[in-house]
Amino acid sequence: MKLKGWKELEIGAIIPEAGNAEQYNTGSWRASRPQWIEENCIQCLFCWIYCPDSSVTVKDSKRGEFDYGHCKGCGVCAHECPGKKGKKAIVMVEEGN
Amino acid sequence: MSTPLRLKELSKKEDLLTGGHRMCAGCGAPIAIRQVLLAADVPLVAANATGCLEVSTTIYPYTAWKIPWIHSAFENAAATISGVEAMYKALKKKGKIDRKIKFIAFGGDGGTYDIGLQSLSGAMERGHDMVYICYDNGAYMNTGIQRSSATPFGANTTTCPAGRVIHGKPQKRKNLTRIMAAHDIPYVAQTTPAHWRDLMTKVRKALEVDGPAFINILAPCNRGWRTPTNNAIELCRIAADTCFWPLYEYENGKLTVNYKPKEKKPVTDFLKTQGRFKHLFSPDSKDLLKQAQENTDHEWDKLLREAACWAEETGTTEEGK
Repeated sequence: MKLKGWKELEIGAIIPEAGNAEQYNTGSWRASRPQWIEENCIQCLFCWIYCPDSSVTVKDSKRGEFDYGHCKGCGVCAHECPGKKGKKAIVMVEEGN
Repeated sequence: MSTPLRLKELSKKEDLLTGGHRMCAGCGAPIAIRQVLLAADVPLVAANATGCLEVSTTIYPYTAWKIPWIHSAFENAAATISGVEAMYKALKKKGKIDRKIKFIAFGGDGGTYDIGLQSLSGAMERGHDMVYICYDNGAYMNTGIQRSSATPFGANTTTCPAGRVIHGKPQKRKNLTRIMAAHDIPYVAQTTPAHWRDLMTKVRKALEVDGPAFINILAPCNRGWRTPTNNAIELCRIAADTCFWPLYEYENGKLTVNYKPKEKKPVTDFLKTQGRFKHLFSPDSKDLLKQAQENTDHEWDKLLREAACWAEETGTTEEGK
């Protein structure tokens, strides 16, 4: 986002565009990345409800890929994932590997 | 018709708190706030007291909120939103607005238990149609972990550092939920984001009442609690299982305990998970641990006794779920 000059700014520092934080990338904070293993996924959606960064995409009640542009790699999803037959559907892998 | 409280149904709704906010990785607060916003089926207008949530979700020129949202100072989120609600009522009376809108204020424990307590108490007493949500992480985390009146007994913070002379916070935490219940408002509850269905049910009840409501939500902070980033939800579960953070609600003054652990775990199960209580586990701190357990037991027994009285009075045999 190009920063505005003082003449273009809204009075009272109003932000007219709701939810524009989506344009800000927090994915670069990540030290480890969650990896989704679809065959172990039971579609419980716990990862989605417990994600602090709204970074689990869900379409038609089924989860899709992570939103790596915003995921900070906290690992809450992997920790809460019940998996299938003892095998996690989300594992954390170190970034850069 | 409200959305059924099933994840498959809820996931079809729009997330009203977007990603790209700058809360720390693994913070409990945005998890709780997302759930609050998902639970609501009516349009919301929010005010936010100064705190982590307020600062980190609205770093100019960005905002993570998809609802009208007003920045407030530390002490006056409740006053701000009660003013907005009064204006809404006036406009409605003049026929300039006909939509049903609900008003909600968010504050951390610093902005709610301490600095914003008088404005909150005033708004509740005046009976505004609003919901106040406190996300309690147990200290002023935003400014670097200073003690608040919500900080639990024995916790190490930068203003009550554990050392040879004092052993973390020497005082007990203030029970704000019960202080709010003492205002005799239509709805008061306490919950955690790990119990998402409980949380969302309570948010709906709070939004449904015509008048003020208050919900206190536990929000783990991995920076202040000295925990890994991945276990915020697990910590909430342990907090409820040890009765450190009981789940309960007051509906028109009637108390119900919503969750009674099958086996009440010792409070050390909660304390040992966090670095802020590490010093309590040294050999010469046994009496401090004992006191922490006594504090928890005392609050829990008090709750159970009161709930039992209510159950007896209203003729229900089992007051919990």
